[in-house]
Amino acid sequence: MTQDRKFPIGGPILEAKNISLSFGGVNAITDSSFAVLQHEIKAIIGPNGAGKSSMLNCINGIYSPQVGSISFKGKKLQKISPNVIAQMGISRTFQNLALFKRMSVLDNILVGRRLHLDANFLQIAFQLPKARTEERKNREKCEELIDFLEIRGIRDTPVGKLPYGLQKKVELGRALATEAQVLLLDEPMAGMNVEEKREMCRFILKVNDEIGTTMVLIEHDMGVVMDISDSVVVLDYGKIIADGSPDEVRSNQQVIDAYLGVAHD
Amino acid sequence: MTTKASILGYGKTDITNFVIMMVIAFAFVPMVVQTDYWYSSILIPWLCLSLAAIGQQIVMGFAGQLALGAAGFMAAGAFACFNFILRVPDIPFFVALILSGLVAAAFGVLFGLPSLRVRGIYLMVATLASQFFIVWMIDKFGWFKNYDTSGIITAQDIVIFGKPFTSPLEMYLVIVVVVTVLTILAINMARGSTGRNWMAVRDMDIAAESMGISLLRTKLQAFAISAFYCGVAGALFAFTYLKSLEPVAFDIKLSFKILFMVILGGLGTINGAFIGAAFILLFPVLLNSVGNNVFHGAIDATIISSIEQVVFGVLIIVFMIYEPLGMARLWDNIKRRSRKAN
Amino acid sequence: MTEFLFFIEVVVAGLLSGTMYSLVALGFVLIYKASSTFNFAQGAMVFFAVLAFVGFMELGIPFIPAFFVTVLLMVLVGFCTERLVLNPLMNQSEDTLLMATIGLGFVLEGLAQAAWGVEVRRLDLGIGDFPIEWIIDNLGLFVSALDLTAGLVAAGMITVLALMFKYTKMGLGLRAVADDPGAASSIGIPLKNIMLLVWSAAGVVALVAGMMWGARAGVQFALVDLALKALPVLIIGGFSSIPGAIIGGLIIGASEKVLEVYLGPFFGGAIEGWAPYVLAIFFLLYRPEGLFGEKIIRRV
Repeated sequence: MTQDRKFPIGGPILEAKNISLSFGGVNAITDSSFAVLQHEIKAIIGPNGAGKSSMLNCINGIYSPQVGSISFKGKKLQKISPNVIAQMGISRTFQNLALFKRMSVLDNILVGRRLHLDANFLQIAFQLPKARTEERKNREKCEELIDFLEIRGIRDTPVGKLPYGLQKKVELGRALATEAQVLLLDEPMAGMNVEEKREMCRFILKVNDEIGTTMVLIEHDMGVVMDISDSVVVLDYGKIIADGSPDEVRSNQQVIDAYLGVAHD
Repeated sequence: MTTKASILGYGKTDITNFVIMMVIAFAFVPMVVQTDYWYSSILIPWLCLSLAAIGQQIVMGFAGQLALGAAGFMAAGAFACFNFILRVPDIPFFVALILSGLVAAAFGVLFGLPSLRVRGIYLMVATLASQFFIVWMIDKFGWFKNYDTSGIITAQDIVIFGKPFTSPLEMYLVIVVVVTVLTILAINMARGSTGRNWMAVRDMDIAAESMGISLLRTKLQAFAISAFYCGVAGALFAFTYLKSLEPVAFDIKLSFKILFMVILGGLGTINGAFIGAAFILLFPVLLNSVGNNVFHGAIDATIISSIEQVVFGVLIIVFMIYEPLGMARLWDNIKRRSRKAN
Repeated sequence: MTEFLFFIEVVVAGLLSGTMYSLVALGFVLIYKASSTFNFAQGAMVFFAVLAFVGFMELGIPFIPAFFVTVLLMVLVGFCTERLVLNPLMNQSEDTLLMATIGLGFVLEGLAQAAWGVEVRRLDLGIGDFPIEWIIDNLGLFVSALDLTAGLVAAGMITVLALMFKYTKMGLGLRAVADDPGAASSIGIPLKNIMLLVWSAAGVVALVAGMMWGARAGVQFALVDLALKALPVLIIGGFSSIPGAIIGGLIIGASEKVLEVYLGPFFGGAIEGWAPYVLAIFFLLYRPEGLFGEKIIRRV
């Protein structure tokens, strides 16, 4: 890892304490605690059904854990709906693409700017100067983002018509547009080829590097995880079995048994 | 790169189209169309229902909430307008119209509340409650009808700045002004962040929420604005087309008609509302004239109206199968193809 | 005491007329269970079926043959619906299907009126809408013979359908299809035949419901609006539950009568028109999946 980062890793920004989540008696997460440090890239790994996505859904307020608490910058996120959590500075992407299918790429990314717009519907309906200036500013930001992600060619295409890999990219763009302090990325590289994955890694690292966005990402590709993350949490059957730097996790016997061991058999 | 916007965020083609349409509406039509029939039986109801269809479009086409109760909100608007003019001395017509829209909007918020819990057919049933309740309320409480027992109340004359607008052409002009203004406002909202929020909720509500959009506010806002449009449309419909106020004119059949307008016209487009309204309104006229002129009245009128129902039903099924985005999309495709051919 | 008897009478009348809503709702549930389609056209099917039945009788066909001819017609309607509407819309969103069935409803209403006209028909089933003497004598209650018959017929239909679901091969296939259409067809369950069967069954249920309604209120277009009340019934009972349709119908039937009789006078009456929908809204707020429906869990 590069030591001289523009945004050196700081103290905990997001903390999960003893959280448990169950659906009708089935435990998705059991008594799990971990912390995400400011400006770091943290990976959550684990076999399918280990509770990784549920974890992100808890952080972002889609699920609320029955036990335990999650705090963001010292504030508890109990029973707060996702839109308020977004306002506090946490945004995300989804495992099974959750784009606005009938809207264009540009419009999808513009929705990501939602929190930077505050003209009300009347100001917009009558096109008052406030609505117009903020719309123009936000459109400029989105155009910059489109250039950054190198997707200018598909700017006006409805996202539903795009191939999977591109949709993943647009979803990253939408999340980036929020300029949230913490981004939760649920399998941002699933279904991509090596080339696309490399590109995606480049974007993630660049954003982390230049803006200092803290990232929590779920990923299956171990190579990618070891390459880009500062720390790794390993989940198995809803429990955390390891939490540390990629090297520590790699050499952890429990992890090898429960997760990597299977792959090496 | 994007074409630089010239006025209020609109491109050159938008403005050209707008100017052409204004010339047609304010100069061409009044000069060419001389028969009252065209104004009072075609243009006036078309514009009124288009406005209601825009309302339906906002809640259903843009915000994706399956609501079926547009006629209820129209009734609320119509009777509110009647009462404002009746009870507030010297109230300017446009003020009464806006207030009527606001009354309807209040009902919209109330009956939009179930949308926070349910969707699809569940929501449809919940919105049916508004349809039946509003019409019942107006019918049962004499105050709304000024204790008129005949069942049909004559609408007051439209008076603007002391000048009565009572001839079909005059009423047409009043409606064109209202519809133009409200259409531009609707387009502005649809293109701006208001519309993007609606569509985001429609396409993927959980993701919309994760981007900071409050589902509660966005859905209720869509219901309120939708009901406002329906309310204004209802008032205009009663004052210029029906020229009377009767709750039964706003029954569930009218709600279905408006629903069909947006489905056939094209969900999620403003021009779809106009296209759909034109079709739903003109097709029966066409069918009737075929019945009268080709078959010389040999076909019973009830059969003709049954055929009309079958055709609407078949068209809905056909559009759902082949072009769920309706006639507006067909029109776009034709334009695109002809442009390519050139 | 007479106060109380009167209340009982109101409730009984409500329950019995509620079974008529149940009958309409039942057809709806059948189709929903098999294909997850909200068949908005069920009300139109009721109207179409009974109008056809009366039409055949007017041609001079006796009661029982007319009944079976109508059943065949409803099977044909089911067949056409399956092939021309549902099949092309497979894998479309629920809302799209719902709108298509609204279109289907309009087609059926229009066809029925084009074929058999719009005037109100009387349908005489030989059972009068008057109180049964025996019950008056023994219990002191006024209960309409027609209401009672409708109740019994509804109970009979439900029993038959429930048994069919449970014990026949077709019922098993149907349950498999309801559970997972893809898996069911991959193990060789003929999806199309099952759908055809379900739509036919819904057609027969519609015919019976229509005959009951028609005998009471006349065969007329207003039946379609009455049938709309099956929707709140379904919300209360749950869209996928046969017992739910029954209980929901009874709840709506009884509560709308009680509300009308005891609250109606304070509001100028006719609250029957909207009370069921408002009741449904309260259910939606507290128990959106209905009394018997499966809890809807949305996965992200």
